[in-house]
Amino acid sequence: MADETPEVGAPDAPEEAAAEAETPVAEAEAPEAAVEAEPKPAEPAPEPEPELDPEIEARFARFEAGLGDGVIDHAESHGTLVVRVRPDAWKRAAEVARADLDCDYLSFIAGMDWMPAPKTPGDEGTDTSAPVQPDTMTFGVTGSKGRFQVFAHAQSTTKHWGITLKTDVDEAAPAVDSWVSVYPGADWHERECWEMYGIDFTGHPKIRPLYLPAEFEGNPLRKDFALIAREVKPWPGLVDVEPMPGDDTPEDEGAA
Amino acid sequence: MTLALEIGWGTTLAIKTLIVLMIIPLGALILGYTFLLKMMSHMQSRLGPMDPGGFHGWFQLVGDGIKFLQKEDIMPDEADRRVFALAPAIVVISTFLIFLVIPTGPRLVVQHLDVGVFYALAVSSLSVVGVLMAGWASANKFALIGALRAAAQLIAYELPLLLAVVGVVIQAGTMNLNGIVIAQANGSIFGMDFFGNPFILTQIVGFVLFLIAAQAELTQTPFDMPVAESELVAGYMVEYTGFRFLFFFIGEFGTAFAFAALAATLYLGGYAIPGVNGGLADLLGPIVLFVKLMAVAFFMFWVRFTYPRLREDQLQAIAWKYLIPIGLLNIIATAIIKVAVP
Amino acid sequence: MTTTETPGFEVDPALHRTLENARVNVELDNGDMILNLGPQHPATHGTLRLVVRLDGERVVAADPVIGYMHRGYEKLSEFRTYPQITTLINRIDWLSSFANEVPFVSGAEQLMGVEAPPRAQWIRTILTELSRIATIYLFLGEMGLQVGALTPAFWGFRDRELVLNLIEGATGGRFHPNFNRIGGLKDDLPWGWISECRATMDKILKGCDDFEDVLVGNEIFEARTRGIGIIPGELGAAYGVSGANLRASGVDWDLRRDGKPYLAYPEIDFKVWTHPDGDSFARYWVRLQETREAVRMVIQLLDGLPAGSIMAKVPRIIKVPEGEVWVEVENPLGQMGYYIVSKGATGPFRVKIRSASFSNVSILPWLLRGVYVPDVITIMGSLYFILGDIDR
Repeated sequence: MADETPEVGAPDAPEEAAAEAETPVAEAEAPEAAVEAEPKPAEPAPEPEPELDPEIEARFARFEAGLGDGVIDHAESHGTLVVRVRPDAWKRAAEVARADLDCDYLSFIAGMDWMPAPKTPGDEGTDTSAPVQPDTMTFGVTGSKGRFQVFAHAQSTTKHWGITLKTDVDEAAPAVDSWVSVYPGADWHERECWEMYGIDFTGHPKIRPLYLPAEFEGNPLRKDFALIAREVKPWPGLVDVEPMPGDDTPEDEGAA
Repeated sequence: MTLALEIGWGTTLAIKTLIVLMIIPLGALILGYTFLLKMMSHMQSRLGPMDPGGFHGWFQLVGDGIKFLQKEDIMPDEADRRVFALAPAIVVISTFLIFLVIPTGPRLVVQHLDVGVFYALAVSSLSVVGVLMAGWASANKFALIGALRAAAQLIAYELPLLLAVVGVVIQAGTMNLNGIVIAQANGSIFGMDFFGNPFILTQIVGFVLFLIAAQAELTQTPFDMPVAESELVAGYMVEYTGFRFLFFFIGEFGTAFAFAALAATLYLGGYAIPGVNGGLADLLGPIVLFVKLMAVAFFMFWVRFTYPRLREDQLQAIAWKYLIPIGLLNIIATAIIKVAVP
Repeated sequence: MTTTETPGFEVDPALHRTLENARVNVELDNGDMILNLGPQHPATHGTLRLVVRLDGERVVAADPVIGYMHRGYEKLSEFRTYPQITTLINRIDWLSSFANEVPFVSGAEQLMGVEAPPRAQWIRTILTELSRIATIYLFLGEMGLQVGALTPAFWGFRDRELVLNLIEGATGGRFHPNFNRIGGLKDDLPWGWISECRATMDKILKGCDDFEDVLVGNEIFEARTRGIGIIPGELGAAYGVSGANLRASGVDWDLRRDGKPYLAYPEIDFKVWTHPDGDSFARYWVRLQETREAVRMVIQLLDGLPAGSIMAKVPRIIKVPEGEVWVEVENPLGQMGYYIVSKGATGPFRVKIRSASFSNVSILPWLLRGVYVPDVITIMGSLYFILGDIDR
């Protein structure tokens, strides 16, 4: 897995561009009610890769100096430094963050499933209360090679900064190195991630379910794990997309 | 003055037994109502116990009693059934036995015993047998830990209790409780015999020791590890419900009543009012004793509702490192003074 | 004797046996005893289960078992729209619900490029601090209960009710206000609320003095808490222990002051209290000072409350543009954060909820080794967790 990482960065860019192209399509597919919401959020949208804050850039430089070619990509997302590292450098990234960035505090480790939740064909439109997510796979701010990622946030209690680290996880054999030896608090986070996404952490002293009973089957936070309650009965949140009485908005007239 | 008719010993015994049997629930009721419900509610701004029945929540205790009687009697499957059922009775019996020797008037005492004090203290520690039985028979780990703690604690605090009382015994020259009361009523301090010599004046160290040790014997709050609700849930009582729990409850408050009466008798002059003798003393004695014991009980419960709980090792350290040496010193000092100042 | 499926007790065969026969029975075959504290235990504030291995009264090993209250909010959030999610996250740390809403809403606002008007920010700050007081005040009393003093617990409940009344007065909800809207607040403060709030703050300050009198100076309380459950600052941070628990270990770190500026905190003056000892007493002491500090902050905020609108202009259908945001705030229990991933829909694609108690409790197996059973309760009490905040 490690040797293919150099070319990982390349396919990302087109994919991301494709993702941006996809989003309006998805919005167009949303119910008519969404039309009104369109203009507002469209304005701040195209700003993912502008100039970085100099402090964040300096922080990243420090991190990159420590980790070297383990870094794949980095970005600033709303004031947070997000760095995507190669899977084989995952544990070293934690060590570098702890040693070079003084990130002595582990905030969380979590999994991520970028695959859009599968939809049953013909189901569109019945449950308008559910948020309509895009159908294509897009990969957040620093991109991803595949469906699964593990991301974590470490912080410094002295320097008052933080870093979000991401790494790709192979879908066929989901496993990354454990952080327990760097941050003992990683123990529970990794157990949670393991049971929720089925991502194994090599080097974890004893990986076992945290929340779920032992006989539970499946990985609940994976997108293909259906939320049965929602399948059976749509959430009665329709009120949010219905016009308010006495509200003279375009869709009101459309409805009339 | 005296009852005019002669009563056979059998009838006397029956009457006496009945009275003592009445005193235990009555005492428990009085303490429970006054302190557990009213005083605690005021201290803690509780609204619940101040509400039922209208005036000041008088109905609360009755309601509690009814609730206990209605509850299902649950016995754990694994329990040693006979021992489990017997344990609350033993606790109450130990309380019952203390009351036998507490004088409430010159003649109002169930049994004059020349070893009264030691009898009282000896039977009071019988309750630990009941506690151990309860803890063991419940087949519950919390109960077992609670019972073991209780046993260790009662053994440790029996000593300071005794040592504290020895001072009184030396000063009074008798172990008979009635004799101790009389010694206080007739005594004088610094030549003043206006109100006798309540031993609290000369035995203040012993009195403090007695109260601390009694608090531990009663497993009340600074020393309530055996029942610690935040750790052991309710210790040895955890598996008891309904009527059986009520027995423990009555035993606990009845013993508190008895210890308060003992403290009042030993240190506060008991039933005696200086200058009042004969039948009037018999009549007023119970009231006087009651007032005094309520004062002591108020103090005990005040501490109970205020203080945090010690840890088991700290409790043992207090007993063995401080209370027992102080008790011994107190005895030595009392003995020396007794001999030096006749 | 299957040994592999039961969650996590392979480490210790004796622990394992207990879990298999759900019935707890007295085992005397070895010197050690397994004691199940919880899931129904008064000291666990809910349904935490702590399996401890005892040698006499000394804890040899402890293993917290969580998940009895796991409600899957991270999954549910993926099926809700943004305004609906505030209802869920209200119930994470149910004692300070309002404080849970704020970071989520502000995360959505950051993604949308919307900023709540100053008055809304200030009212949010006031209500956050009030929920901090309500939460910690209960702790101040409950800590007494953990060490056996009954009375302070009732005082805690009594005076907390005053604060809850304020929250209810402003938001309409005692526990779960659901008052935040993306872009501002649902309503402005009602008439007379500010003077009511000032009066209550005086009572809270007096209540803090009472707690200090009853517990802090008490020899037994000090004997029970000093030197018990010491968390070294460095280790605590590595475990992700946050909030007052970390500050009591001498780590001078408070997101209200040191994090990304949020709400009205940059504009008010407050002190971050720390204590060098790191023991249970230090945690109590720091929280006591924090409550007083929160009262001071509320009074400052009331004094400086700006006028103006309480709602920014936002579209009625909340659609959050694509992006990722990490928001973290200093909640009463510690660091609370949300990592929100949006794909431009009306609901988030993924919400990672970073709750304080989860990490605070994860240090328990390390912390409880070698202490006595009563100290287990003291330590758990002093860490102050809310089950909903662990299990989410």
